[in-house]
Amino acid sequence: MLNAEMITIFILACFVGYYVVLKVTPALHAPLMSVTNAISSVIIVVALDAVLVGLHDAERGVGASVWFGAFAVLLAAVNIVGGFMLTRRMLSMFASKKKRSTEKRS
Amino acid sequence: MMQMLSNCIPLLTIVASVLFIYTLRGLSTAATSSNGNLCGMIGMAMAIACPFLHYMLLPSQNDASWQVLGSWAVMGVGGIIGLCIARRIDMAALPQLVAAFHSLVGLAAVFIACAVFAAPDAFGIVESAYNSIPMSNATEMSIGAAIGAITFTGSVVAFGKLQGLISGKPLRYRGQHIVNLSIAIMTAIAIIMFIIDQASWIFCAVILLSLIIGYLLIMPIGGADMPVIVSMLNSYSGWAAAGIGFTLENNLLIIVGALVGTSGAILSNIMCKGMNRSLMNVVLGGLGGGGDQVAALDSSVRGNVKVCNPEDAAFIISNAGSVIVVPGYGMAVAQAQHAIKELADILKGEGTTVKYAIHPVAGRMPGHMNVLLAESNIPYDDVFELDDINHEFGATDVVIVVGANDITNPSAKTDPTSPIYGMPVLDVEKAKTVLFVKRSLGSGYAGVDNPLFYRENTMMILGDARKVVEGILKAIKE
Repeated sequence: MLNAEMITIFILACFVGYYVVLKVTPALHAPLMSVTNAISSVIIVVALDAVLVGLHDAERGVGASVWFGAFAVLLAAVNIVGGFMLTRRMLSMFASKKKRSTEKRS
Repeated sequence: MMQMLSNCIPLLTIVASVLFIYTLRGLSTAATSSNGNLCGMIGMAMAIACPFLHYMLLPSQNDASWQVLGSWAVMGVGGIIGLCIARRIDMAALPQLVAAFHSLVGLAAVFIACAVFAAPDAFGIVESAYNSIPMSNATEMSIGAAIGAITFTGSVVAFGKLQGLISGKPLRYRGQHIVNLSIAIMTAIAIIMFIIDQASWIFCAVILLSLIIGYLLIMPIGGADMPVIVSMLNSYSGWAAAGIGFTLENNLLIIVGALVGTSGAILSNIMCKGMNRSLMNVVLGGLGGGGDQVAALDSSVRGNVKVCNPEDAAFIISNAGSVIVVPGYGMAVAQAQHAIKELADILKGEGTTVKYAIHPVAGRMPGHMNVLLAESNIPYDDVFELDDINHEFGATDVVIVVGANDITNPSAKTDPTSPIYGMPVLDVEKAKTVLFVKRSLGSGYAGVDNPLFYRENTMMILGDARKVVEGILKAIKE
């Protein structure tokens, strides 16, 4: 019943996430939170599917799934733009006085 | 042409996933972080292109271009709202903004689950609208919706507490754990019922019960535990995305969900270690419960508190050769970082070394202090983490603690009966003089008295952190 391929991808991605995030310098934990927030809004992809593909057949007209999808698109879009722009703003504050990148955790 | 386009979708998915990994990788140093963020934006653009390509490939039965226009319009409106929020927001409000963003991800996940439930055939998980959803998809869908709903209400409560709309004090009542446990069991039963019989009222019940869990889970948690909670909700928003990914067999969502989920989990773990507590202990609530837990020191330890004014402090600081500043939540509340930066510049001009020591749980979210210091243009190289600076306090003339308390409390090292015993703390008492800038003599968040206040080498300066630092600044300039 369970899809082995998806579980494999999921577990491998967890490992990648673990080792990548472990290397993030503690000073940048706040931008890390806001950028992960932005990328988790990638669920906009399926929300768009709901709107675009949702009721492609004319038979049933505009259904609930399109409306739900549209709401999800709106919320995720706020998050994507908000998250990336907020991260950029924070990072620009760190970057404006970089002299040398941190030597710890190399 | 059509063949080429349909090959594009899996390719875009893979490239987008790699770019998202690179985004997180970029954050390992400040120098590479901006490029990483750019990669994330490109990855997101690629991901968003996929559903549009998918739409173009469909055998067109009717003209639905209004749906394409509509999607762009909705995305545009959302994007503009997001842009305005990100531009306008005051950095002091950062923790609550992040909490608010998490709630949006949770709510979006709930809406998507509803959309899938309303038209499963549109997502290709069933043949026609009249077939029921396969068991495995229904399982993943209900779990995804439940996590999304918990993330939503949990983040809304966290937002309310951080913004001060809801009292930061933990809300506790008798039998709380039993109530929470029974609602959790009810939710589990509802999910199982939904898998067997896909009635819409059961689906609604799953979502409703999960919304209640999210509320009840976060309400009992106090303000200073927020770093853990915000990271935990960050993690949940990832797992919710992964749950939706499993439902719709979308690899991109599974990968991103796993990345975000582990990221939030690692952050919560770091925050828990910073308090020497387990995640269960934070969530179930143990500290800061109120009056009953205040561990007052006996009178033998309690001595006289020396209170001084900013002018005295200025005299001490101007004679110091080395200064370490320990910021806490009080600095964030008072927005004292700009005054601190100005003070540091003057001291540096006179040859004094100035460093900053950041405790992992200082503030209300991971990295909170670092962002505020960076905002006031304090050099990245002067800011140190707990483990990197803790051995330096002994050789330091003056430590200025600005709006922090529990993270400096030496009883965490010496007093096994203390509620914060075992928590890693900054060894500020080893410095020659400790200047405590604090609003009052009250105990810290954990309700624990700080023996540091009564030490010979400690001076208290009472008042709003910014006003005090500005007072010191004025006195030094004269």
